Amino acid sequence: MSAKAKAKKTKAAGPKKVNVHHLTRVEGHGNIIAELDAKGKVEACRWEVPEAPRFFEAMLLGKHFSDVHQITSRICGICSIGHQLTSLQTTEDAMGVRPSSQTLALRKLALHAENMQSHFLHVAYLVLPDLMGVGSVIPLASTHKQELLNLIALHRLANEFSAVICGRTTHPQRMVPGGFVKLPTREDLAVLRKKLADAIPRLTKAVELLANVPHPIPDFKRPTEYVGLVAPGEYAMLHGHIGTNLDQPRPASHYKDVTNEYMVRQSTAKWSRNKMSSLMVGALARFNLNHKHLTPVAKESAKALGLKAPCDNPYMVSIAQVVECVHSVEDSMAVIDGLLDKGIKPERPVEITPRAGKGVGAVEVPRGLLIHAYEYDAQGRIVDADCVIPTNQNHGNIQQDFEALLPTLREMTEDEIELRLSMLVRAYDPCISCSTHYIDMRSGEKPRMVRFVRKG
Amino acid sequence: MANKPKIAFFDFAGCEGDQLQVANLEEKLIELLQHVDVVNFREVMTERSDDYDIAFVEGSITTPADVERVRAIREKAKLVVALGACATIGGINCMKNFMDESVYRSHVYGDMARAYPTIDARPVKAVVKVDAEIHGCPIDKNEFLRVTKELLLGKTPWLPDYPVCMECKAAGNICRYELGRPCLGMITRAGCGAVCVTEGAHCWGCRGMAPNANLDAAKYVMIDRAGFSRRQVQDLMRLYNGYTSAPL
Repeated sequence: MSAKAKAKKTKAAGPKKVNVHHLTRVEGHGNIIAELDAKGKVEACRWEVPEAPRFFEAMLLGKHFSDVHQITSRICGICSIGHQLTSLQTTEDAMGVRPSSQTLALRKLALHAENMQSHFLHVAYLVLPDLMGVGSVIPLASTHKQELLNLIALHRLANEFSAVICGRTTHPQRMVPGGFVKLPTREDLAVLRKKLADAIPRLTKAVELLANVPHPIPDFKRPTEYVGLVAPGEYAMLHGHIGTNLDQPRPASHYKDVTNEYMVRQSTAKWSRNKMSSLMVGALARFNLNHKHLTPVAKESAKALGLKAPCDNPYMVSIAQVVECVHSVEDSMAVIDGLLDKGIKPERPVEITPRAGKGVGAVEVPRGLLIHAYEYDAQGRIVDADCVIPTNQNHGNIQQDFEALLPTLREMTEDEIELRLSMLVRAYDPCISCSTHYIDMRSGEKPRMVRFVRKG
Repeated sequence: MANKPKIAFFDFAGCEGDQLQVANLEEKLIELLQHVDVVNFREVMTERSDDYDIAFVEGSITTPADVERVRAIREKAKLVVALGACATIGGINCMKNFMDESVYRSHVYGDMARAYPTIDARPVKAVVKVDAEIHGCPIDKNEFLRVTKELLLGKTPWLPDYPVCMECKAAGNICRYELGRPCLGMITRAGCGAVCVTEGAHCWGCRGMAPNANLDAAKYVMIDRAGFSRRQVQDLMRLYNGYTSAPL
């Protein structure tokens, strides 16, 4: 198209409609609806999530505590380590069990491995195509083979990492309430540590690639409440209080005071809000809350990628994810050094005598803060379960971002608007199947924010 | 130059963990792409197409809309491959089939209990003909590669017809029953290398029952000899093998 024709097309007048059915390059199913009239006024602006309940909360009823984490693992294929860790923390809280420091160190490593695996997959396969101006990672296999192979090598390392610690990345087998049924050997950890050290130059190359993409991260800002775990002296992932940039931190057991889930009329899932009408969880929220505790090379990567706290641009979530990957590699090496120093003790999982009780677990998984809450009976079987999924907490924020963003796009063509809105959702790295595991169709009186529609 | 076979991925009620194992082929995925054209893989690419030869389907069928969608896929594809336990045997989703529908509806939906259309969770083969199955929760990425190669060569993919016990012995594991623990390896279809037992756990039966599985012997071992209760055995069987009319 000639430059003149292109300029004409860009300033196109007339009404514009964007209707993306089942957005691509996100986990799960979501629709984007945006309509502008001939004068550029917003007529419709919606992030929709087609219903697809899988009834996990109902399926957990009556299940024995030794099986619960294996069941909740199946809520998501990518964040299964996260669901298991949160579930185990919850069960242990309810049963009054304290895992050993070795168990906690290994769980920290498992979480780092999952964070790396999920983030590399997201950035390389789901987000990078937009930044390179292509429809998928497939053409990059020809045009940018070395860069792609570099990212794949990092992804493969993350998977090898999970296998060494907990058996495999998806639905691992080694973790049980109270500990691990199989432990890595000294040699396993030493080999892993070397692989992680060798990954640092690969990470540098990945950072370079992202700092120089042909289609850079769009510029957009919206003041947002960021929610995530906080703990003194560390970039909290496995333990912490629930912190926000607009409010005081609270213990995990008080999660309802922060997530404030409320019913939305004509919607089938609950939304979250605290000090503002929506909130954000995830890598960018964690970065904003805890950036001071990032490891040194991670801090340098943030600088190289133009990520500075406080950052109010949701498109930068993907960049925060890359910074977290660098942090995970560095921190994992430190944790492994600690384990190698002390030696791996052949501990068995803590013996658990079931008892009635309630427990709450809160863990930062790749996409944000995940909370499980269970009530057990005296035989150790579930009588009630609640799961607060990070993506659930973000749906409201995506809608509010849309409403602020769309008017600024009115001079663009339909295709460009579609791309910008799609990129916004992709940046959040939503795990939509996770978030629709629980559907509440009780009617409410609050104003509608996001509409859930029948899948079809 | 001959056209490369076109493959497509679809997902229903599942966790997308099996499609993730395809992505976990890492560098081998790039090699695989030299031999096939991926025309539909919503998670990974923007382009979509209705013209495909092999359809890989992940997830169970749990709504009337799912039934229609999978029938449409069957019509367009030359070969349909069920990918993962939810698609091959119904998987975890079938646990809800044992609950009274009114119970799980009201637990999840409250007053609007009748509003959402849902049916008993079922495997893909309960609705359409399936040409090949890749079992597991999750699948083994190397099995995926082998089955895909065999399909591209026009062969019927090979599936072990013996139980996991045999692979467990070959792996040198201590039998779970010697340790006072439960295990479904004796009636579960092999092909996974008994990987869960090797990792310190036990077999949960995610690959479905082996042909001619000796259920009477399993009941004897689990209840009479090992002393597990009927409820414990039921819990274990219902995790993955819930799509059945047998009195589990």
